[in-house]
Amino acid sequence: MATHHEVLQASRAGVFLPRPVSTTGFWSWVTTVDHKRIGIMYFFTSILFFLVGGIEALIIRTQLFAPDLKIVSADTFNQLFTMHGTTMVFLAVMPLSAAFFNYLLPLMLGARDVAFPRLNAFSYWMYLFGGIFINTGWFVNAAPAVGWFGYANLTSTTYTPGLATDYWTLGLQILGIGTLVSGFNFIVTILNMRAPGMSLMKMPVFLWTTLVTSFLIIFSFPSVTVGLILVTFDRLFNTNFFEVAANGDVVLWQHLFWIFGHPEVYILILPAMGIVSEILPTFARKPLFGYSVMVLSTMLIGFLGFGVWSHHMFTVGLGPVVNSIFSLATMAIAIPTGVKIFNWVSTLWGGSIRFKTPLIFALGFIFQFMIGGLSGVMHSSAPSNAQQQDTYFVVAHFHYVLIGGALFALFAGIYYWFPKVTGRLMNEKLGVINFILMFIGFNVTFFPMHFLGLMGMPRRIYTYDAALGLQFWNQVSTVGAFILAAGVTVFLVNFVISLARGEKAAADPWDARTLEWMTSNPPPVYNFAVTPVVSARDEFWARKYEGVAAKESAAALEEAKKHGIHIPGNSYFPIIMAAGITVFCYGLLYSGALAIAGLAVTILSFFGWAFEGVGGTIIYPEGDAR
Amino acid sequence: MHSPNGSAQAKHVSPTTYLKVGAVLALLTALEVAVVYVDALKGILAFLLLSIGIIKFALVAMYFMHLKFDSPIYYRFFVGGLIMATALALAVLAITQSNRVAEALLRG
Amino acid sequence: MNHTAVEHTATGMPNRKLGMWLFLASECMFFGALIATYLVYQGQSLVGPYPEDLFDIPLTTVSTFVLLMSSLAMVLAVSASQRRDMKATRLWLAVTAAMGLIFLGFQAYEYNHFIHAGLTLSVNLFGSTFYVLTGFHGAHVLIGVTWLVALLVHTLRPLDWERRALDIEIAGLYWHFVDVVWIVIFTVVYLLGVGG
Repeated sequence: MATHHEVLQASRAGVFLPRPVSTTGFWSWVTTVDHKRIGIMYFFTSILFFLVGGIEALIIRTQLFAPDLKIVSADTFNQLFTMHGTTMVFLAVMPLSAAFFNYLLPLMLGARDVAFPRLNAFSYWMYLFGGIFINTGWFVNAAPAVGWFGYANLTSTTYTPGLATDYWTLGLQILGIGTLVSGFNFIVTILNMRAPGMSLMKMPVFLWTTLVTSFLIIFSFPSVTVGLILVTFDRLFNTNFFEVAANGDVVLWQHLFWIFGHPEVYILILPAMGIVSEILPTFARKPLFGYSVMVLSTMLIGFLGFGVWSHHMFTVGLGPVVNSIFSLATMAIAIPTGVKIFNWVSTLWGGSIRFKTPLIFALGFIFQFMIGGLSGVMHSSAPSNAQQQDTYFVVAHFHYVLIGGALFALFAGIYYWFPKVTGRLMNEKLGVINFILMFIGFNVTFFPMHFLGLMGMPRRIYTYDAALGLQFWNQVSTVGAFILAAGVTVFLVNFVISLARGEKAAADPWDARTLEWMTSNPPPVYNFAVTPVVSARDEFWARKYEGVAAKESAAALEEAKKHGIHIPGNSYFPIIMAAGITVFCYGLLYSGALAIAGLAVTILSFFGWAFEGVGGTIIYPEGDAR
Repeated sequence: MHSPNGSAQAKHVSPTTYLKVGAVLALLTALEVAVVYVDALKGILAFLLLSIGIIKFALVAMYFMHLKFDSPIYYRFFVGGLIMATALALAVLAITQSNRVAEALLRG
Repeated sequence: MNHTAVEHTATGMPNRKLGMWLFLASECMFFGALIATYLVYQGQSLVGPYPEDLFDIPLTTVSTFVLLMSSLAMVLAVSASQRRDMKATRLWLAVTAAMGLIFLGFQAYEYNHFIHAGLTLSVNLFGSTFYVLTGFHGAHVLIGVTWLVALLVHTLRPLDWERRALDIEIAGLYWHFVDVVWIVIFTVVYLLGVGG
């Protein structure tokens, strides 16, 4: 479908720099503000970091294959598990979810882009540069080694001198700013840019989970931001926040971190739950069971998630009253979570099921997330927790919810929306092999860790004595890890092959339910020539099968073709500002002059951004544009 | 309220009202400071100061930030954040304090 | 091509205004965590100087008063912009920014006095918590002043009044929030620190 572009005369004018206007080529990606391109960039970057984190995991598992191995030193091992955790949480799973948010939000809402397109681009560049910053440590023999949760006062200069911990604290701040900003962006987008007729209770559940996730982000990240500031000031400016000699309290760090950290795990799982809630109805050809209850459960999980943080601190010695309160609150959270599982199963029950790869991964999610949830409930009892804390039982729990849960759901989403983004279907046979290898590999790796934990194997140890009887399950686990890696490899192969010569997909290959499937593959840059008018939940399905008429007027389409559609202009400032902040952080570690330079670039780019004006392009849809 | 623009509010607050609120804020500040120096009120000082502080906070939020006259959604988000921050701060304080008391008792 | 100055939205709330309120809700958590840190460590310093040695309540009352009145100036600026009164808008924006700078001047004077009296970031817990809490607040004021000056400069360029009034209103929300945080700090740190 041909379109022609007309660049607004005013849009070439910029501040400090001329406004970029090209639509193809390298610079058009660097300066893009198009949510679909940003989503694609999030996707590829997150897969890259996922592989980095995966290799770190394989080295860990190899080192633990047998007692007293010396494949890596204890110090290196500390760096490996710290970076593995940090990478997987902040550089792989969260950004992979962000890829889906970015690509799908406007399409599912019937909108043309997010509320703040340049801020959206800025979030991506902060992610990329933050990821590079935090991994810089590897190259200067200073990779962070304090665990992904950096407990004080291990993070003080007394116990971790050198730059490693600073790479961690400052890197997380860079990443945190990017994430916070997208939180604001997505809330405003969802509330303000819904298509006419799309009330909140008619939104796809994925949009609800995105909304609640975004609220979790904006309320939880400030807590860890402050905690990291305190650690940074202790390290750089000799303050006493966690200086025991000055009566500082290291437990304060744990409070500040986990007040963030617990909502963070819901930030990691809610998007995945949203994806599954979209996939199951499509492949069961039935609406989601108990929509209102799902929405309410999502909100409850978000809200209660702020009231349970001390369950990560049951063994700190906070006392029986505190422990009991948080124990009860944690058990309570299992209720809305369990409700969701029943609703998903009920969605499938009595449906006309098609076993395609997206559904198969979604089924894996339900089963494995449930197991992870059960071990979580086991943790919630403070006495049991006393045995499980800091053992491999915890490692088993969170990998079940994070890989078995979040990752499997994200893979389901990749297989599901791949045709929308690329116009081709991923290969079904390879998809099933991918799933089988990942399913077997994942469970063989992590189920034995429940046993290892109950047998008393502590976390974060780089080796273990042969007399402890831990070898057998460690070996099983390591073998599983390589099977899992094989499964991921099959995924990558499938991805590349399908991209190159996968079967071409129609606009709606799965016979789906929501608005994004109404567009072409991939959608035109303006998403919808005419904003859809909505009157039902699952509007697209209702139009196909329930006799709901399309309500967009022919006149509106003629109007769009005649006067064109305005697309927000590209801009240099998101990437420049992100670079300025990152350079400032390097400067804090290496050179005052560099820090000042970074700060200056940040401030100047802020003004450039604020004053650069509307900019943009007009696009004229032609032919069979919808 | 579904007006296409948000800056011209449904209700315009006159500059006189703002000046009155400003005057009250100034008076309350003077009162706060005076109370600190009155020995007789020492017992309820914290209560008085916190109350006056809350009133000042509310006046600025409701009038200067226009929450009283704007969409209730702004109010809910802001107050939600406020309540959450206050509750969490108090919880951390309470947990920390109770631990200090317990430790002091243990040391005898 | 027509571009309405303030976009139409599903809720009727302008995007940037809704975004600013969400930001302020988030900042409640940010300052809440800093204030909680201050309160957790209040009275825990092993060595002096201590708050009661240093706080000058009359002086801080003046600076608090200045910041409060700057909020008044800010709403007068917003009001003027809604009436499309360019002169008054410029006047009140300038007055607000100036009062913000005066507040920062008082802050700088206070810091100087405290440092000479021996209170540094590293001497005890009071120093660490006091300077970080009030320092981040001061940084927020500085950003606010810069924002106001930028708005002032921007009045020299042509802009749709509806859009300009919204810009100033949003800056006002930020400014009032910074003022409100100071109300909390003044009460909790200064007044209760000396009296309580």
